[in-house]
Amino acid sequence: MTSSFTRMLSSRSRVAVLASLGAGTLVTGYLLSDTGRAVFSERRKMFPPSADFPDVRKHNNCMASALTPAIYARLRDKVTPNNWTLDQCIQTGVDNPGHPFIRTVGMVAGDEESYEVFSELFYPVIKDRHNGYDPRTMTHPTDLDASKITSGMFDENYVLSSRVRTGRSIRGLSLPPACSRSERREVERVVVQALSDLKGDLTGHYYSLGEMTEEEQQRLIDEHFLFDKPVSPLLTAAGMARDWPDARGIWHNNEKTFLIWINEEDHTRIISMEKGGNMKRVFERFCCGLKEVERLIMERGWEFMWNEHLVYILTCPSNLGTGLRAGVHVRLPLLSKDPHFRKILESLRLQKRGTGGVDTASVGDVFDISNNDRLGKSEVELV
Amino acid sequence: MVQKLLILDGGISGGERASRTEKTGIFVSSQKDSQQKEKKATMPFGNTHNQLKMKYTSEQEYPDLSKHNNHMAKILTPAMYERLRDKQTPSGFTLDDIIQTGVDNPGHPFIMTVGCVAGDEESYEVFKELLDPIIQDRHGGYKPTDKHKTDLNPENLKGGDDLDPNYVLSSRVRTGRSVRGFCLPPHCSRGERRAVEKLSIDALSSLQGDLKGKYFALKNMTEEEQQQLIDDHFLFDKPVSPLLLASGMARDWPDARGIWHNDKKTFLVWVNEEDHLRVISMQKGGNMREVFNRFCTGLTKIEALFKQKGHEFMWNQHLGYVLTCPSNLGTGLRGGVHVKLPNLSKHDKFGEILKRLRLQKRGTGGVDTAAVGGVFDISNADRLGFSEVELVQMVVDGVKLLVEMEKRLEKGQSINDLMPAQK
Repeated sequence: MTSSFTRMLSSRSRVAVLASLGAGTLVTGYLLSDTGRAVFSERRKMFPPSADFPDVRKHNNCMASALTPAIYARLRDKVTPNNWTLDQCIQTGVDNPGHPFIRTVGMVAGDEESYEVFSELFYPVIKDRHNGYDPRTMTHPTDLDASKITSGMFDENYVLSSRVRTGRSIRGLSLPPACSRSERREVERVVVQALSDLKGDLTGHYYSLGEMTEEEQQRLIDEHFLFDKPVSPLLTAAGMARDWPDARGIWHNNEKTFLIWINEEDHTRIISMEKGGNMKRVFERFCCGLKEVERLIMERGWEFMWNEHLVYILTCPSNLGTGLRAGVHVRLPLLSKDPHFRKILESLRLQKRGTGGVDTASVGDVFDISNNDRLGKSEVELV
Repeated sequence: MVQKLLILDGGISGGERASRTEKTGIFVSSQKDSQQKEKKATMPFGNTHNQLKMKYTSEQEYPDLSKHNNHMAKILTPAMYERLRDKQTPSGFTLDDIIQTGVDNPGHPFIMTVGCVAGDEESYEVFKELLDPIIQDRHGGYKPTDKHKTDLNPENLKGGDDLDPNYVLSSRVRTGRSVRGFCLPPHCSRGERRAVEKLSIDALSSLQGDLKGKYFALKNMTEEEQQQLIDDHFLFDKPVSPLLLASGMARDWPDARGIWHNDKKTFLVWVNEEDHLRVISMQKGGNMREVFNRFCTGLTKIEALFKQKGHEFMWNQHLGYVLTCPSNLGTGLRGGVHVKLPNLSKHDKFGEILKRLRLQKRGTGGVDTAAVGGVFDISNADRLGFSEVELVQMVVDGVKLLVEMEKRLEKGQSINDLMPAQK
């Protein structure tokens, strides 16, 4: 040990010398604060923001379009109260240049404050992604009154199933890219505790990913409820798959029509679904269930992350606002072959996906048709 | 509770609060906050909010390692975690950063992975309570008080120029080097990585004679260059192994990554892949002596060029050359050959012979591949505790013996009298 310090002192690298003098640790007897601060400001001088600016010239995502050296220089050294940095927000966008046809978002929030501290970059990205919605000036309406839905019954010869999903985050705990194991476990504890008090047709059971039995796992797979460790580099580069499967799980009611994913891409993902075309009932249960869950966590002193401009705060900026995707699996063998299909969907503000979800092909002419928008329109309006 | 209240306040009126950068109110303007900011480095990846985790107990934070099979999971205990979790290296690397890859990758019932990485040179010091036992376990009982010998004098190698080319198809020696003063691949910022690239290019471009060569940046190479490098088996690609990805070393790919090789294609350097530098000397045939000669000469020259610019490699007397993965400490050297052993490989004592010679076998595709056509990759099993010369000597002597055994078996003769003693 002595010789390594000697060698460090004899090197001409000042950083190494200061490092050997130590700093920044509480217990090991290194010199504290002052020299420690010197090391970090040394590093900052040695590496100005321009040295760290990512090369995003070949990138095609919202973050890369909005990021400039000037913005980066102003934001690089800032931290949220949870010590989350800009580099951590944009890492996924730097690591995943995107696709010429698919425009990904390219950044995530580590906590609620990320949207505020790094607003100079988040807000243009939000504007880009959500059709010009300006979080600085515009407000978004929340409407979870299911009674307002008209004509929510579809012909079951065509509509095979209906589904509404959204996400919610627990205020005061970091989001999946940033959370520590304790925070993640706390999210699990808070949510599972609240869910255990649901009554009536919402009574259900929690299955922890790490502890479920083989049979439980197979059943959940067969019912298309199970989620697995993310493999998409978009997600893994953001750090949300750390410590898998610790504190991850699935809750669903006994009737299998109300399902909650815990600590997957967001703190919670809430899904209401059933076979057939009764979208109105699906949405009713969705609103009712959501309100119940919110009430139960508030009883215990917690609440969801929400504000007037960004509304429900989630990890990915693309899910801000309602975070809502409502859709059906519908058979459209003839319409889907019609050359106007895409235009029709566009004007209805709908999108199509295969029955496997995002980026899958449709099977047997069955399409997943859902709303395009998330932010700017209320839940009722979207459904 | 207090912190929650602060956030509540910010959350509800967040939209109205002036969100221009300098005036973000409670979030960044207070003296205390800027002091806190300075204490922690702006690390681009991992758990920067280490101090905030202290409000949770060690038990609450302790990872679930019950189904894990790697060196880190074997050694880490809740008590150790409690002692180490509030520490950080001067550049801000923490215990959770070190172990993240081991937590995310439980391992394999048969393959024992290391399960941790270093983020900088000081990691091995600040977290020695965890890393020393792992090193001891991985490197055959190497004690925290042991000293490692570095010997890069090729004159000290005996023989090695006469391996039978009918059996030995190619010879290769590789190692890694880290540039002191910069964080390692799991932790480095883009600026640091680019600085390492620049220093490497500058040093390598000064090489002369048969070491004269050219640098190909991964993000700038043309289609033709790329194809050529693939055909030469020189090109490395973005890691896909979750072991590597979970540690953060693939961030910002392919920024500041590249391949340098000499015109003769016998000396190759990878920049910013799994380590700052990976240095490889290779050629067809069995002249391991020449390969090792070029290896030592090249390495020594590169080190001198770095020193001229005021930089040196990470090295200390206990751990030798410091690299990202604890398994590569010491020499970081893997010297080996591709050798035809169709008969010997079927012998029931093959594994035992290799063990006694301190060698290991791999398929010709590298780690975890199968042998093709009876051709095996035979290399030294050790990295730490033996010098470079000693390790290559083991390879040279060992392979010579293996070829002799192969020839005997071809003739239908016994090899019992050739069985080696344990080295």
